[in-house]
Amino acid sequence: MIDLLGYGAFFLVNALIFGVLCLGLNVQWGQTGLFNVGVAGFAAIGAYVSAILTTPDAADRIGGFGWPILAGWLAAMLVAGAAAALVGLATLRLRADYLAMTTFGIAVTIQVIALNATALTGGPFGIAFIPRPFSSLAETPIAFNAANLALTGFVVLGLFLILETLTRSPWGRVLRAIREDEAAAASLGKNVNFHRLQAFALGGAIMGLAGAMQAHFIGFIAPDNYLSILTFQVWAMLIVGGSGNNRGALIGAVIVWALWSLSSLAVGTFVAPAFQARAAALQIVAIGVALAAILLVRPRGLVGERATVSRDVEALAGESTSPHEPVRD
Amino acid sequence: MSLQFLADGLFAGALIGLGAVGLTLTYSILRFSNFTHGDFISWGAYLALGTVGALTGWIGPAARFMPFSFGWPLIVGGLLAMALTGLLALLLDAALFKPLRRTGHGIVMVIASFGASLALRAMLEFLFTSEPAYFSRAIQIAIPVGLGIRVTPDQAAMMGLALVVVIAMHLLLTRTHIGRSMRAVSENPALARVVGIDVAAVIRATWLIGGALACVSGIMLGLTVQIRPQMGFDLLLPLFAAAILGGIGSVWGAIIGGLIVGVAEAGAVQLIGSEYRSAVAFVLLIAMLLVRPRGLFGVREG
Repeated sequence: MIDLLGYGAFFLVNALIFGVLCLGLNVQWGQTGLFNVGVAGFAAIGAYVSAILTTPDAADRIGGFGWPILAGWLAAMLVAGAAAALVGLATLRLRADYLAMTTFGIAVTIQVIALNATALTGGPFGIAFIPRPFSSLAETPIAFNAANLALTGFVVLGLFLILETLTRSPWGRVLRAIREDEAAAASLGKNVNFHRLQAFALGGAIMGLAGAMQAHFIGFIAPDNYLSILTFQVWAMLIVGGSGNNRGALIGAVIVWALWSLSSLAVGTFVAPAFQARAAALQIVAIGVALAAILLVRPRGLVGERATVSRDVEALAGESTSPHEPVRD
Repeated sequence: MSLQFLADGLFAGALIGLGAVGLTLTYSILRFSNFTHGDFISWGAYLALGTVGALTGWIGPAARFMPFSFGWPLIVGGLLAMALTGLLALLLDAALFKPLRRTGHGIVMVIASFGASLALRAMLEFLFTSEPAYFSRAIQIAIPVGLGIRVTPDQAAMMGLALVVVIAMHLLLTRTHIGRSMRAVSENPALARVVGIDVAAVIRATWLIGGALACVSGIMLGLTVQIRPQMGFDLLLPLFAAAILGGIGSVWGAIIGGLIVGVAEAGAVQLIGSEYRSAVAFVLLIAMLLVRPRGLFGVREG
């Protein structure tokens, strides 16, 4: 029972970290309509920045700064956000597809750097001994996982509240206006490209935070963690939960991660070792098909976007603008 | 410094270019960047492997065309595989992209193609595992062709094939009815529809041609390197870079873009080593988007 509770906490920490990634993608795609296929790349930036800054000295790579974990997280957000801003500067004024190709490219490039810049990233072997929060509790896994769950939950809750406030703010409304009709937003005097850049950088910073949180929870990172499958998982989570809705982003993360973990468990338990690689491939086929099916059948996802209007309008209109009324999409 | 990298780069560039032609056509006619295109390349290679295997199993081993590593089964099987890859693209369109086209939003199709890409690739891993496969295990002796450059007979044959395919594509697009219709739809879909062009037929032709060309570059890669489920996906970034460099919608642009990417990659391998090869395409892509987003031969988007 205790084991199960411990595993539950461990599972939830992982799922919530994915939830943070989804919240970042939701700022970019859900709110602003910016397509990002490089989620794994921004998570990798966050993970490596924080890992390099917080790990003790290692003989074969640059490091030994020994920063506190929190400082590492902040730096991860800053660097990942700056990287997103750079990508945005180059491509946001162009067609949406160019952003897709560029973010895809940056994820590939960051993976290549992680793999080859051995002096910085440890190369294919990655970085170990990343300080874990509450590592003093590591002897009792349940206490360790519970404490980390509390910390992760706290971060997620804070982030969720901030993003909800931003969504309802005039700034959030401009983002959705740009998403729905760029020309109309521009004609109202909104600086379309600058708002897009802000949203893209904010989303990138949140993904960087998630990457750092994951690195510190697991304590070890390697380039293979940041392949396109990660990007794909995050997209599946956001689409399943309901793009445009922060609550949907978190729900989707927990559900998809639960399905993923369960099916991995089933593959590990019931499939003969010789066929496990094949079964794992089939698992990916299944989730790919599922994503496509949801896009076809229920593009709003489980929760879907709510009509978010200013508090003042809500107060005025009373029941007539039910918050559960779906908007177009 | 040996000029060998130039020959290697041109060869890699030719197969990137052939892949990019299909990509640039789907992009300009269907208006979305198709992430499954790389996986069409892998599927094309495996389908060719399958048809060649079936042919030799049915009729028995055939003699090689000396000095090449292949005989007529690869030619017949390759043609069959081209048709099959085109059909695969059509099938995917019918199941996924066509319904999404009705609901609008081009970028949703990009997400869908990203998901389909992963599923197609994982399917190959499921069927064939990630162990590399080969058309032939025969070792080819590279022949010196002057200036210190050596080329294997297979490479030379594939270069010739690429040239034939590109000229055929050029003739198709400029001389045939369906080719002209494709160009019309790519320039202005609404107007094309108004003047009575069968847009559905154009879309079918685009998938068939894109799939068939992807198959050719898969065979080229499979014959000269190896066949892996990841092979096409790894090419995706160079394909995008080539299509952007050449200008979206331009067939010759895609080929020249492919050659530039190929030579740049080979040059980078020569200068800084092979580790950062896959970043070269990204650098070219970004540079082009910053300097001249419509590409070398593209037209400004209205």
